Amino acid sequence: MKINVSALAKLANLNLSDKQLKDLEESIPGVVEYMDEVKNLDVDSIPETTRVTEEKNILREDEVTESLSQEEALKNAKQTHKGFFVVPNVFGGKK
Amino acid sequence: MLLDKSIKELAKGLQAKEFTSVDLVNEALHQIEKLDGNLHSFITIREKEDILKDAAEKDKTRSASSNILHGIPFSLKDAYVTKGIKTTSASKVLDDYIPQYSATVYKKLQDTGAILLGKNNMDAWGHGGSTENTNYTPAKNPWDNSRIAGGSSGGSAVSIATRMTSFAIGEDTGGSIRNPAAMCNISGLKVTYGRVSRYGAIAYASSLDSVGPMAKSVEDLAIILEQIAGVDEMDGTSSHRPVDTYANDLEKSIKGKKIGLPKEFFAQGLDEAAKEIIMKAAKQYQDLGAELVDVSIPFLKYGVSIYYLIAMSETSSNLARFDGIRYGNTRDNFSEETMRRIMIGTYALSAGYADKLYKKAQKARTVLISEFDKAFTECDVLLSPVIPGLPRKIGELINDPLQNLLEDLYTVTVNLVGIPSLAIPAGFTKENIPVCMQLMGKKFAEKELLQIGNAYQMVTDWHKKMPNEK
Repeated sequence: MKINVSALAKLANLNLSDKQLKDLEESIPGVVEYMDEVKNLDVDSIPETTRVTEEKNILREDEVTESLSQEEALKNAKQTHKGFFVVPNVFGGKK
Repeated sequence: MLLDKSIKELAKGLQAKEFTSVDLVNEALHQIEKLDGNLHSFITIREKEDILKDAAEKDKTRSASSNILHGIPFSLKDAYVTKGIKTTSASKVLDDYIPQYSATVYKKLQDTGAILLGKNNMDAWGHGGSTENTNYTPAKNPWDNSRIAGGSSGGSAVSIATRMTSFAIGEDTGGSIRNPAAMCNISGLKVTYGRVSRYGAIAYASSLDSVGPMAKSVEDLAIILEQIAGVDEMDGTSSHRPVDTYANDLEKSIKGKKIGLPKEFFAQGLDEAAKEIIMKAAKQYQDLGAELVDVSIPFLKYGVSIYYLIAMSETSSNLARFDGIRYGNTRDNFSEETMRRIMIGTYALSAGYADKLYKKAQKARTVLISEFDKAFTECDVLLSPVIPGLPRKIGELINDPLQNLLEDLYTVTVNLVGIPSLAIPAGFTKENIPVCMQLMGKKFAEKELLQIGNAYQMVTDWHKKMPNEK
C-alpha cells in the first residue's frame, strides 16, 4: 500500500525529521492496511453513530459568566504583544 | 499499612481519631520516596509542605458530617487539568503548561476534602496501553519490573497497587483504566459515557473518552463514583440522569443474575492460563447463584479497526489545537506514536477516504451497538478477559505498532458502545502475574455492575494481594 506520508504530515501540520518520515513511512501503511478490512463490511444501509450520549440540544442562557481574565489567558503563551497572542504569519511572507 | 485499608475503614479511623490525614499523607509520601524512583508512577508530585498543610487543615476541619473522602489522599492521571499544578498529558508539548482552571472531576474531589498528592504517569495523550509511550520515563509493573504496567492510566494503577495513594482517577478511551488495572491487580471502572463530566479532561477521542475511578476494591470504586458522577453544565454530553447511591446495597445477592459469556472474547489469541482463570471466576459466579449464558458479538473481530479508525480520526482533530501559541510547545514535540495516530486519523478523514474508512467505521459502530443490545436481552452483564495475555515485557512491542493496537481487542468495543465496564482481579498465573476479568454492564447500570463485582470480591481475596515490592 502506497501512502504519501509527507503530504499527510503537511495536512496534519507536522514537521517531520528525516528519521521520523522514514519510520512513519514504514509503519503507517501496515496499520492502514489492517484497518482496510472495514471497506468490505456490508453496512451501507446502516446509519452512522457519531456519539452515544442521550442528551440533546443542551443550551444555556446567553448570559455573561465568569471566565479567565486576559492575564490568565495569556499566562502560558510563549509570545505576547500588548495583551495579544503572537501568531505565525497566516497570509504568506516570512514565518 | 494504613493505606491498605478501604476508604470506608480510612474514613472511620479518621473520625475515631485512630490516625490522622497527616499520617496518611506521610505514609503515601514515604512510599513514593521509597518506590517511585524505580516505578515511575508519577510525573508531578505536589510540594511536600503543601500536601502536609492540606492534611493538617483537613484534620482540623473534620466533623461528624464530613464527606467520606475528606482527608483521604488520591492522585490524578496527568490528563486532567489542575489549576496551578503542571499538567502534561505525559507529552513534551505540555512540558511547562500550568492550567488556569480545573477539571470538574478534580473540583468535585476537592469539594469532598480529598487531598491531591500528584499527577500520574501515562501514555502521552492516552495513546497506548503500556505507559511506554510517555514522553517521560516508562512506568514499571510492580509485580515484575521487566513488564509493562499497562496503560494508558498505568501510573495510577501502579501507585494504587503499591500504596503510594489510596485511590486515583483514570481516563478510559479504549481500555485505559481497565488494562492497567488488570496488569497491576487493582480494580477499575470505566463508566457509561456521560456518567462523569469530561470537562477539563484533555481530549483524546471525544465520543469515547470516559472519566472513572481506580482503587483497591469495588466498594471503593462505588464510593468514589458517587462523589464524581453527575451532570455538569460545562459538558453537554454529561447525563441528566440522577446519580445512584452506588455504595448502598453493594452486598445484595446476585442470585438469578444472568452472566453472558460472549464466545468471540474467548476465541483464538487468548492466553490459555488467563482463560482458565477467567473460566474459574465464571464458575465462582455460578456458585453464587448466577446463571451463565452463551452470547455472541460477531463484529468483535472488526472491533480494533472500527475503534482505531474513529479514535485516530477524533484525535487528529482534537490534537490540532496544540500549536504552541496559546500554551505549550510546538508540534514537533509530539512523539512518533502520537504523530502516527494523528496522521492515520488525518488519512481516514481526508477527501476520497472519509466515505470508505471513517464513515464506514461509524456505520459498523452502529452494528456493534445493536449486537451488544441484543446480548443484553439475554443477560445482565457480560464476562470476558481484559487483555489477551500477560503484561508484555517492556520494549517488546514498541517497534510493532499494529500488534500494539491489536492487544486492545477486548476493551475497545465497550467505548464504541458507551457502556460501563469493570476490571477486577481474578487470580494469578504460576509466575505470580495477576489476571483480571472484565464485567460489562448495560448503560447507566453501574449499580448492578458494581454489585456483581462486589459479590465476587466478598468471596475471594485476589484483590487484596499485593506485589512484593511495596
